[in-house]
Formats: sequence, C-alpha cells, structure tokens
Amino acid sequence: MDADQTLDCVGLYCPMPIVKTSQQIKKMKVGDILEVIADDKGIKQDMPAWCEATGNEYLGMEEQGGEIKVYVKKIKE
Amino acid sequence: MSEKEKFTIVVFSGDLDKAMAAFIMATTAASMGMEVTMFFTFWGLNIIKRNEGNIKSKGLMRKMLNILNRGGSSRLKLSKFNMLGLGTWMMKKLMKDTNTPSIDEFIAMSQEMGIKMVPCSTSCSVLGLPDDSFRSGIMSQAGAAYFLGQARASKVTLFI
Repeated sequence: MDADQTLDCVGLYCPMPIVKTSQQIKKMKVGDILEVIADDKGIKQDMPAWCEATGNEYLGMEEQGGEIKVYVKKIKE
Repeated sequence: MSEKEKFTIVVFSGDLDKAMAAFIMATTAASMGMEVTMFFTFWGLNIIKRNEGNIKSKGLMRKMLNILNRGGSSRLKLSKFNMLGLGTWMMKKLMKDTNTPSIDEFIAMSQEMGIKMVPCSTSCSVLGLPDDSFRSGIMSQAGAAYFLGQARASKVTLFI
C-alpha cells in the first residue's frame, strides 16, 4: 500500500506505537496515509481500537515475517 | 468536535510496577484523544515527589515518615520480588532493554500530553507533604470532591 509517511516502531512496545502514531498523525494532512511498522503483536488489536476512538480510518494490515505494517488514513484534524 | 471524553485514575499505590500500569493507561488514553486526570493519593504520592533535596515536613513523626518513606520516581520499588533492590534493578534493566520508558520519561511524556497530575490534599496533610515536595508541573492539591467531580464526568475510571 502506498503511504505518505512511515513510522518505524520496531522494538517498541505498548503504549509507544500508539503514542507515536498519535503524535505523527497530528503533523499530517487530512487524507494522508500513515504506515506504521511494528513488531509488537498488540498493534493488530490496538490500532483499529485507536482509529475507532479517534475517528481516523483503519485501512488494514500486512504481516511479513515478524514485522507488522498497519495503515491509517487521517480523516479529521 | 464534541467535548473530549474523560479518563480519571486514582493512583493509590507507590510501587514501580503499578505506577507503570497507571502511566501506560494514561498516555494511551491521551493518545486516543481523551482528557486524562491522575489523582495521586497516599503511597501514590511517592511517584510524583521530587527526587532531590529533603521533604520539609513539620513535626517529628512526619519528618521520620518522610525519611523512611522518601519517595521520588528514582526510589520506587517493585511490589513483588524487590529482593533488597536486586529485583527492581533487574526489572529496570529489562524495561530498558525493551525500550519501555522509565517512570521519569512517562511523567515527562504525560506532561507534554497535557495529562493533569493532582496530589490529594488530605493525604498531603496527613503525611506532611507541602506543595514543594513534588516535582515541577504537578497541579495544586485537591480533595475527594474534585476527584469525584472529574470521575462523574468520566467515561472510564481506574483505581491503581
């Protein structure tokens, strides 16, 4: 999936991927897509929950080896 | 956007592991767009005491208490397997190895995120803790009514 920005969270555990996602998305424009790369399995459940709470769109996940890539579209400021 | 959802935590425990749990929930909630208040009471006040200098309490018993129970983020211990500090040292090492923020880093992060950290006024009076016992950025003391005011309006509350 084509993303506008990538956030590398490999080696970080809960809550850091979510905290960093929240900080990163604030700097982005509405409509932009953020790719988050992580190896903490929790992100598979956490990112959809974060998107639902914040009103951003969860676009999906790709898993390769131990790396998980999740995609989030910024919906509002 | 509508008013922010609120999350209020009572932090009663001053143990390192429980403080971690409280800050993980607080920073995650703030990242989810919630307005977070952490209400520190009793042993929990040790988490937000400043690390340096003496605590200036009045009266012999309170002075003794604050020497024995000095507190400060750097002095917190595990609730289990402290083993005279060895267990706590090992846990801090494991946390560092897994890039988990320290309590100091969590406090700094919480302050940047606008999380309100409030010391309980009754505990402060009983334990002999003047305002300058705490690190900078801690809000002024408040009582149970303040907590309940926040808790009533909160979607989520926790007691740790």
